[in-house]
Amino acid sequence: MTQTKAGIRIEDLHLSFGDTKVLEGIDMVIEPGEFFAFLGPSGSGKSTLLRAIAGFGPTPRGRILIGDRDIANLPPWKRNVGMVFQSYALWPHMSVRRNVAFGLEERRLPAREIGPKVERALEIVGLLHLADRMPAQLSGGQQQRVALARTIAIEPQVLLLDEPLSNLDAALRVQMRRELLALQRKLGLTTIFVTHDQEEANTTSDRMAVLDKGVIQQIGTPQHLYDQPANAFVAGFLGTANILKGALQGAEFVTAGGQHLPVAAMVKGANCIVLRPQNIHISMSDGTIAGRVAHREFLGSQIRYLVDTADGKIIVDTLHSSGRPPYDEGAPVSLAIDSQNAPLLVA
Amino acid sequence: MPNTSQTASSGFTLFPRLSGAAVAGILIAIFLMAFLILPVAQVIYVAFLEARTGSFTLQNFQDFFSTTLFRESFVNSFYVSLMSVVVATVIALPLAYITTRFNFGGAAVIQALGVIPLIMPPFVGAVAMSLLFGRNGSINLLLNQYLGFRIPFMEGLNGVILVQSIHYFPFILINLSASLRNIDRSMEEAAQNLGSYGMRMFRRIVFPLAMPGYLAGAALVFIKVFDDLGTPLLLNVNNMLAPQAYLRITGVGINDPMGYVISFILVAFSVFSLWVSFLFMRGKDYATVQKGGGGLSRRDLKPREKWLAWGVILLILAMVLSPHIGLLLLAFGTIWSFSPLPDGFTVQHFGTIFTQSSQYVWNTLVYAGSAAVVDVVLGTAIAYIVIRTGLPGRKWLDYMATAALAVPGVVLGIGYLRMFHGIQLPFGLGQMSSFWGIIIVALAVRRLPYALRACMAALQQVALSLEEAAESLGASRSSTIRRIVVPLMTGGILAGFVTSFATAAVELSATIMLVGRSSDAPLAYGIYLYMQSPAGRGPGAALGILAVVIVAVGTYLSQRIIERERARQTMTGDQH
Repeated sequence: MTQTKAGIRIEDLHLSFGDTKVLEGIDMVIEPGEFFAFLGPSGSGKSTLLRAIAGFGPTPRGRILIGDRDIANLPPWKRNVGMVFQSYALWPHMSVRRNVAFGLEERRLPAREIGPKVERALEIVGLLHLADRMPAQLSGGQQQRVALARTIAIEPQVLLLDEPLSNLDAALRVQMRRELLALQRKLGLTTIFVTHDQEEANTTSDRMAVLDKGVIQQIGTPQHLYDQPANAFVAGFLGTANILKGALQGAEFVTAGGQHLPVAAMVKGANCIVLRPQNIHISMSDGTIAGRVAHREFLGSQIRYLVDTADGKIIVDTLHSSGRPPYDEGAPVSLAIDSQNAPLLVA
Repeated sequence: MPNTSQTASSGFTLFPRLSGAAVAGILIAIFLMAFLILPVAQVIYVAFLEARTGSFTLQNFQDFFSTTLFRESFVNSFYVSLMSVVVATVIALPLAYITTRFNFGGAAVIQALGVIPLIMPPFVGAVAMSLLFGRNGSINLLLNQYLGFRIPFMEGLNGVILVQSIHYFPFILINLSASLRNIDRSMEEAAQNLGSYGMRMFRRIVFPLAMPGYLAGAALVFIKVFDDLGTPLLLNVNNMLAPQAYLRITGVGINDPMGYVISFILVAFSVFSLWVSFLFMRGKDYATVQKGGGGLSRRDLKPREKWLAWGVILLILAMVLSPHIGLLLLAFGTIWSFSPLPDGFTVQHFGTIFTQSSQYVWNTLVYAGSAAVVDVVLGTAIAYIVIRTGLPGRKWLDYMATAALAVPGVVLGIGYLRMFHGIQLPFGLGQMSSFWGIIIVALAVRRLPYALRACMAALQQVALSLEEAAESLGASRSSTIRRIVVPLMTGGILAGFVTSFATAAVELSATIMLVGRSSDAPLAYGIYLYMQSPAGRGPGAALGILAVVIVAVGTYLSQRIIERERARQTMTGDQH
């Protein structure tokens, strides 16, 4: 299955449902062969953006280029982008084989070419032995694979996955996620993956775009977005974050509660500091921020404290090791921060 | 379902002493055996009996198929039913397609089109239709005068096909629209994504997915037409199966085996069609594979398409309204013969029916009212026993009651005549088979399936915890049913009552067999009698208008009740 690798370029894309603006000023470049994730809460516009690339939904304003071809005004059936639907959308009146053959038949391929291509696609997803089953006879995970086979059979330039794991149970989701990534690497297909689950996006994607309220908040590698969030939304959406308001004074960040915190890298005009719970050290008295334990949760490998400070409640995670007594609720504690892991933001 | 019934059954045992539910269940079973199962079984049994010796034989069937008239009747019934399905499909398909695929301003009109035909029993409009579309009806007179030709809309079997398909196409429209609406939008999008579009996509994806709903509706239309007695009788088309059965039994006599052979054929076809329809709805339950729902994507119509759509809809509207218009003209017209419109207009016919025929109206109110009461009482009891108790064999009550759907009215009527004709009732009520009370029983049995569905639905809405709360506060089972369950079911029971009443009020096929004398006759029979003579058509049509009003008001009320209940359920839904 040879693929022509094509990149995707989206330029100044706007889209609205009636008077409601759903996407505003979307600009992005997805490299050929890249595994790219759209991450955001529900209603952020991530699925709408994906559907716009496939040609579904209201016509957007702006340009969508695949390779050098502007597809924004083509009907869905002329775009040659493969989409795997959240509900899989397998046609219940057709067998697995007929489902997979459908796209090839619509392309008017001769029957002698269709057969081998269908078998190859089913082989790739490991379901060749179930080719003559009906969709209703398959498990959720198998249906997902058939949907995938049906899409890759037409050798699309781009693969779009709309929340592909959301209908699977937790164990299968992790397995399927790895298989998807392995498959994508093998085929080298430019792939966009829509999810609301940051763990899914982190573990699979080369790069991702975080969306909120129809606007791209930040684009980058998962690690970059976690370490250097561009704003409070990204910081909060990727993992747990304490965001303290304040202002820069010389080489220090002074919080609203009057704490002086050291700063590693200057950000001009910064008025927030991001403290990840695992990067805060809790002790009896070795820190710079004084507080009192308001609440304690035992999470197994970790203990999570909610500490009352002059800047409000701060979440602190510590590794749990047996024999070390945890701090009780109400105990006075002191928090130390690591300036290397405390990025500044302009909110 | 099995879970709820099992939880309810704990602490509830049939033995050592019979509970109230068990007694009720046994009484209902006896009632259904006596008035549904045994009469029908007897009809089938007699079909296989040698009339003189009483031994088993297939001779009757051989006689049936070697008689030209019966062979012709069989072929005609089959042909008329099939063609009615075809014509009904031609009417329903564009309507279903327009409402589900496009943003169309006239959606409300289409919805109305799905209801208007059903409020008029087909036999009521039949005579009016022949005055409009018959050889010398309004349309053909005009056609002949201006264009010099006639169209045989109502000639022989055509008339039955036209009247039936105009009446029954809503069954196809409703089922087909529902299944088009249930198709997940992603089914269509996936096809487009893979390069399919337009008519090709419709043929390969949309139509196959809508097929089960269509076939279920088509099977229903087929069997309704196949079983119908009133319409062919009023159009004077006697060479069909149901009229033949009626004419043999009333003309030749209760012992003529041909009536039973025909009944057997009618029942066999009914059971077969219902089974086919059931199979298509169940066996291909596509909904389990489709997760989203939400219907196909709709697009706006281009101006020319909009005109075309309105044209089609107005044409169908005119057809659908024609029996109603014809009936109004007949009821308010003086003399209407060989002219496009009646010679003059009058309200005299209404005067006639109120002075001469008010007994028809009263009889109808008494019969349909009593039958509806019997239905909701039985329906509530069966629903409770099936859903809430662990009584052994409780499902069979449901099956038995629902089996009435597969029994044509003619067959039930013949069964009653056969079973009850020798039985003398006390107190001077005469023979049981011609006693007016038996009409009530027949109506109740025929409408029980509808009332039962309404009661089942209503009971399923009542959370089990509401009953358990009453019981834990010390209420006995019977006072829980009386004070909690039945009041909460009121809406559904009422809807069941109204539906049973409105449809029983215009039923003709069983009652026509059982009416002993004219003073015992209901409205539908009165219409039939009046329509026999040209002079009686005016008063007959006036009675027909009354029947339409009764059904229309009934339909409206049950719709309102169901909507109100639904609103109430969603309001209180978060509490349980």
